[in-house]
Amino acid sequence: MNKARSNPLNTFAMHGALILYTLIALFPVFVILINSFKTRKAIFREPLALPDADSFSLIGYQTVMKQGDFFLYFQNSMIVTVASLTLVLLFGAMAAYALSEYKFRGSTLLGLYLALGIMIPIRIGTVAILEMMVASGLVNTLWALILVYTAQGLPLAVFILSEFMKQVSDDLKNAGRIDGLSEYTIFFRLVLPLVRPAMATVAVFNMIPIWNDLWFPLILAPAEETKTLTLGSQVFIGQFVTNWNAVLSALSLAILPVLVLYMIFSRQLIRGITSGAVK
Amino acid sequence: MTALSLKNVNKSFGPVHVLKDINLEVEDGEFVVFVGPSGCGKSTLLRVIAGLEDATSGEIHIAGEQVNLTPPSKRGIAMVFQSYALYPHLNVRGNMTLALKQERQPKAVIEERVAEASRMLGLEPYLDRYPSELSGGQRQRVAIGRAIVRQPKLFLFDEPLSNLDAALRMNTRIEIANLHRQLSASMIYVTHDQTEAMTLADKIVVLRDGRVEQIGSPMELYNDPANRFVAGFLGAPSMNFLPAEALNPGDPREMGIRPEDIRLEGGGPIAGRVSHVEQLGGDTNVILETPSAPLTIRLFGQHDIRAGQDARFGFDPSRAYYFDEGGQRLR
Ligand SMILES: Nc1ncnc2c1ncn2[C@@H]1O[C@H](COP(=O)(O)OP(=O)(O)OP(=O)(O)O)[C@@H](O)[C@H]1O
Ligand SMILES: [Mg+2]
Repeated sequence: MNKARSNPLNTFAMHGALILYTLIALFPVFVILINSFKTRKAIFREPLALPDADSFSLIGYQTVMKQGDFFLYFQNSMIVTVASLTLVLLFGAMAAYALSEYKFRGSTLLGLYLALGIMIPIRIGTVAILEMMVASGLVNTLWALILVYTAQGLPLAVFILSEFMKQVSDDLKNAGRIDGLSEYTIFFRLVLPLVRPAMATVAVFNMIPIWNDLWFPLILAPAEETKTLTLGSQVFIGQFVTNWNAVLSALSLAILPVLVLYMIFSRQLIRGITSGAVK
Repeated sequence: MTALSLKNVNKSFGPVHVLKDINLEVEDGEFVVFVGPSGCGKSTLLRVIAGLEDATSGEIHIAGEQVNLTPPSKRGIAMVFQSYALYPHLNVRGNMTLALKQERQPKAVIEERVAEASRMLGLEPYLDRYPSELSGGQRQRVAIGRAIVRQPKLFLFDEPLSNLDAALRMNTRIEIANLHRQLSASMIYVTHDQTEAMTLADKIVVLRDGRVEQIGSPMELYNDPANRFVAGFLGAPSMNFLPAEALNPGDPREMGIRPEDIRLEGGGPIAGRVSHVEQLGGDTNVILETPSAPLTIRLFGQHDIRAGQDARFGFDPSRAYYFDEGGQRLR
């Protein structure tokens, strides 16, 4: 263990800084959570107070459950996020492997071309995307969102993953080839587990913007049966009156699944780092 | 029968010509060692034989069959890598059985071969461990075990011992020699450690810049090198080279004398000042500054020689080697 880490003063300072950061980061979440359990009056009277017998109320959650098809929105968001992440990781990893493992004419150029998407915001193409979706009849389907989010996530995924895949030992892949593994088996069984931390990073980077996005659901899939959670929650925010109880309750519910996904990925991240290396 | 034969094998990476007209025969049961300086193409040649790289031209025959177009897994070879390259997600048993499962061998055969290989290598206590839970030497043995269970016609080793410490290296070297005796399989072994090359090889192939410089048994190469490169490459400390005119005025050749062929001799022809002495107990190494070149001298036993003193040495002229300007041996 290195010296800086075993010095108690350093440990203390480090943990102090991390705890402080955690408190700051969690504070808004905490405020949302406690206020979602309070009456409207209590929210405005004392926003930072914990709900007590007097101010406790589930009115927000009741409104959310009654209004609209909340579970459907929830399900839509989940489907879109999970499907997009799966596609981004699958195609991103496959493209990255091809670019890092097989040198062919123009492979560097192709890699640069794929990475170019990182610098161009996909929303610039909204009108063209909408036209394409209309032409292909995908408007108001979840596929429209999944395809757009996959396209949006791929450039960064390819870029990050190909850097990591270059570091996977050639000997390991060659050992697999000599043992008669197919290129697909080498990719899925040997290479992917070794770049799992990078996959988790890519997943986390992509997950939050997809889950929170309002733009594309509003434009490509605003129909009642394809609304996502973020879009669905907008009914409580009016131009003149906002139903804060409902908004806060909807937000609290929306945080949960992201939290669960995040926990899954972060465990992968740690497991990937500690799994037995080649040497 | 020949286990491996290479005919005019060439390999280029784009414009870089790495292997140049390699011709080689490996007999059944032979232990062949490739040696050469770093970057001379040893690993590349091994990978071409394994099928991990395609030869640009030339023919590769393994056990009599041309295998240029055969994928690595069907060539009847097994390879041990310098970095071990164990599968991190499989335990020792899984690492050893993967290839056999891939070949769809019956369960009983797999069991039997793993049992035999782990007995030979002393791996029985570790069969359920993962590579991350093994020491370097144990990992290398697992890598060797993974090769043995396949019962290949040809073993390929790429510097298998270079990640081990000195003591372990010697033990594993002896283990590999025993293994070769027990399996009586053909083996090709890459190293740039010449002790490994001299002790293990039936036949040494010296490579330089992608060309075969000389092929022969260790003692043939040592006693009868074809050129200055081979003469200087084998033997530790390496051969001394000096212009022959230093001892024999008017002689245009270059002369080579092995350090152990020089002896203390009061009226000897080699005179100079001792610049450094290494007392090894069994041997004494002396570095001598002479007017033409510094010489390394290896004296048997212990001698009372100190740095700074003047000394005279002699040698047996019949043990001297002569080379022309191009480095070719003159006989
Ligand atoms: N994929 C490749 N592309 C281009 N050049 C390569 C490639 N692989 C090897 N080379 C070149 O081929 C030459 C021989 O490499 P090789 O790895 O066979 O050397 P080596 O004899 O095994 O050296 P070492 O003892 O350091 O392992 C080197 O000059 C290297 O730069
Ligand atoms: Mg090498």
